[in-house]
Amino acid sequence: MSDLLYTEEEEALRSAVRGLLAAHCDAASVLARVETDEPHDRALWKSLAEGMGLAGLLIPEELGGQGATHREVAVVLEELGRSVAPVPYLTSAVVATVALLDCAGDEASELLGALASGRTVGVVAVPLPAAPGQAFNGVREEGGRLQGRVTGVADAAAADVLLVPTSSGLYAVDVTDDGVTVEARTSLDPTRPVATVTFVGARARVLTDNAVPAVRRALRAGAGLLASEQLGLAEWCLTETVRYTRERRQFNRPVGSFQALKHRLAQVWLEVVGVRAAARSAADTLAAGSDDADVAVAVAQAYAGPAAVHAAEEALQLHGGIGMTWEHPVHLYLKRAKADSIALGSAGRHREELAELVDLRAP
Amino acid sequence: MTDAAELRRRTQELLAAYPPATTDRTDFLKARFDAGLSWVHYPQGLGGLGLPRSLQTVVDAELAAADAPDNDPRRIGIGLGMAAPTVLGFGTDEQKQRFLRPLWIGEEVWCQLFSEPGAGSDLAALGTRAVRDEATGDWVINGQKVWTSGAHTARWAILIARTDPDVPKHRGITYFICDMTDPGVDVRPLRQITGEAEFNEVFLTDVRIPDAHRLGEIGDGWKVAQTTLMNERVSIGGSRIPREGGMISAVAKTWRERPELRTHDLHQRLLKLWVEAEVARLTGERLRQQLVAGQPGPEGSGMKLGFARLNQEISGLEIELLGEEGLLYDDWTMRRPAVVDFLARDAGYRYLRAKGNSIEGGTSEVLLNIVAERVLGLPSEPRTDKDVAWKDLAR
Repeated sequence: MSDLLYTEEEEALRSAVRGLLAAHCDAASVLARVETDEPHDRALWKSLAEGMGLAGLLIPEELGGQGATHREVAVVLEELGRSVAPVPYLTSAVVATVALLDCAGDEASELLGALASGRTVGVVAVPLPAAPGQAFNGVREEGGRLQGRVTGVADAAAADVLLVPTSSGLYAVDVTDDGVTVEARTSLDPTRPVATVTFVGARARVLTDNAVPAVRRALRAGAGLLASEQLGLAEWCLTETVRYTRERRQFNRPVGSFQALKHRLAQVWLEVVGVRAAARSAADTLAAGSDDADVAVAVAQAYAGPAAVHAAEEALQLHGGIGMTWEHPVHLYLKRAKADSIALGSAGRHREELAELVDLRAP
Repeated sequence: MTDAAELRRRTQELLAAYPPATTDRTDFLKARFDAGLSWVHYPQGLGGLGLPRSLQTVVDAELAAADAPDNDPRRIGIGLGMAAPTVLGFGTDEQKQRFLRPLWIGEEVWCQLFSEPGAGSDLAALGTRAVRDEATGDWVINGQKVWTSGAHTARWAILIARTDPDVPKHRGITYFICDMTDPGVDVRPLRQITGEAEFNEVFLTDVRIPDAHRLGEIGDGWKVAQTTLMNERVSIGGSRIPREGGMISAVAKTWRERPELRTHDLHQRLLKLWVEAEVARLTGERLRQQLVAGQPGPEGSGMKLGFARLNQEISGLEIELLGEEGLLYDDWTMRRPAVVDFLARDAGYRYLRAKGNSIEGGTSEVLLNIVAERVLGLPSEPRTDKDVAWKDLAR
């Protein structure tokens, strides 16, 4: 059975990350940044990656990483979710990193070293909604050059290198190449914006000649660990809403004393408790490389997405009018929660996956 | 030697002195109690060794491996889960010596006389009276209790009754141990929507309780009862279950074996409930790991809420999946089951019995208040009954 708790080291890691985010990623600065041309917080990324070595948690020490596991990464993601931090951690330090870890060869090793340092940001060029196991055929390779277009690529605007799956393998492409265009799109979630990436004869280095297993494992790790981001996100929504409803007075009493409201918050708490158990199960089975990881990830994603959206929607409603204002940060959490519920396979897709995995087949 | 190794040694010593294969079941259980291996977190001399509760698993594993008899915990659940911790916490030395051993061995079954027709969620409003007979010092009890499981087999009951109607409701209650063989105790089956009668109504008419069977101080009954109720909610939904264990197992089995019953709508709902059941299982497992690690969290408060809703939704889905068969019911005959076993009967029974899960042991509405106020720290509703004498409350 999985270890579903947090170790002392994991709690220490959490405190360190939370401390950094409290100092450098408050809601007002996140909000101020989202309307600028620079939606990603590069200074924060530098502190997380270079200062704390967090970009290389999953990368072995001999390649310049920390040699840690998915369990520690999950704790970092909880804290990043709690702050809706606009950094490419899930995309670069999880999805792109796991894809590269599945590739042998010097090219992949070199890239892993660069990703571990945080000086290079890598992004797998697939649409954010892609679930583990989904097929991709938007880009084709001819003679070491790529041709095609991928839409909905999260954090592509922050990427230095794109990892591109094609039918002839997984390729690395530098975004500075003349044949690459990254067009940022105005996104529902401005803290993790998506972009359209177009390749017109872009020069590509092959990483592996079969992209399918590498991308599948990468998206599975991303989906499983996304549940931890959703946990942090939902916890922030619950904590802030409890705080607000204790203070806000109407009808000469705190609105949080009305059962109509407190029952809704208790329900959110129940779901947060469930998300934590499911997210720890996914992180632990991924860390252990367990046969049960497919089921644990699908369960976590089938549950966490809707639960985080529910927490954010309740947070907005129970904040009343203030929750509808641009000034109050709750909308950043709602937008991230809703985008996350589509990311890396919707709850419905993960349930369909489970139907196969646990033999509860469709009619 | 570590505590665990020492426990293993003592358990093996017990098994050597009383080989399960050739020892009478009751004799074995008595010897186990006297060896302090019944509940190791209890004090020495009372069936335990004063060790951490988590070490009980060491003893249980050794005994299970040796095929030793157990005390049939489901039959004596109220005694083990509710009466015993209360006797231990508030009883006199004489009471602990008198009651705990036969309780654990199962020689004496216990029941709980708490709820009343007029005091359900608002248990502290109870009206069963206990009046002191100044001549003998005994207490004379009059009133009616309800939803008493096992009253017809119980030797003893834990009872709360009003000893002072002139003070606010929480302050005028006293906790007693009631002899169920007293001629003033009248137990009548209470038939429920499943057709059977797990529970009873208990009418108490001039029942005499000696003062030596009072548990805790006069007027402290509400505080004593909190210990009982906390333990009740810990025991509901506390055990470890495998993936797809419990209520979901029946409907998953039918789904696999009967493809002709499948529809797309049912498929979506089944998968959603399967996921929720798995998340509830993981939540329970995480809670268990926290307890073993000595860091109990507040998560336990929510377990019963989750299981109640899941049991109801899953059993409802199961009836729909069965279609025409879902129109049938196995047996409406009035029976007196000793234990509740959801999986021993059909889907209709599960559907109906599960309706009680959100009422018994604290309604889901009350439990949501508890989570909101005690876990989240939200303020309570304004109270109109706190400073009013019980006798002046609206009824």
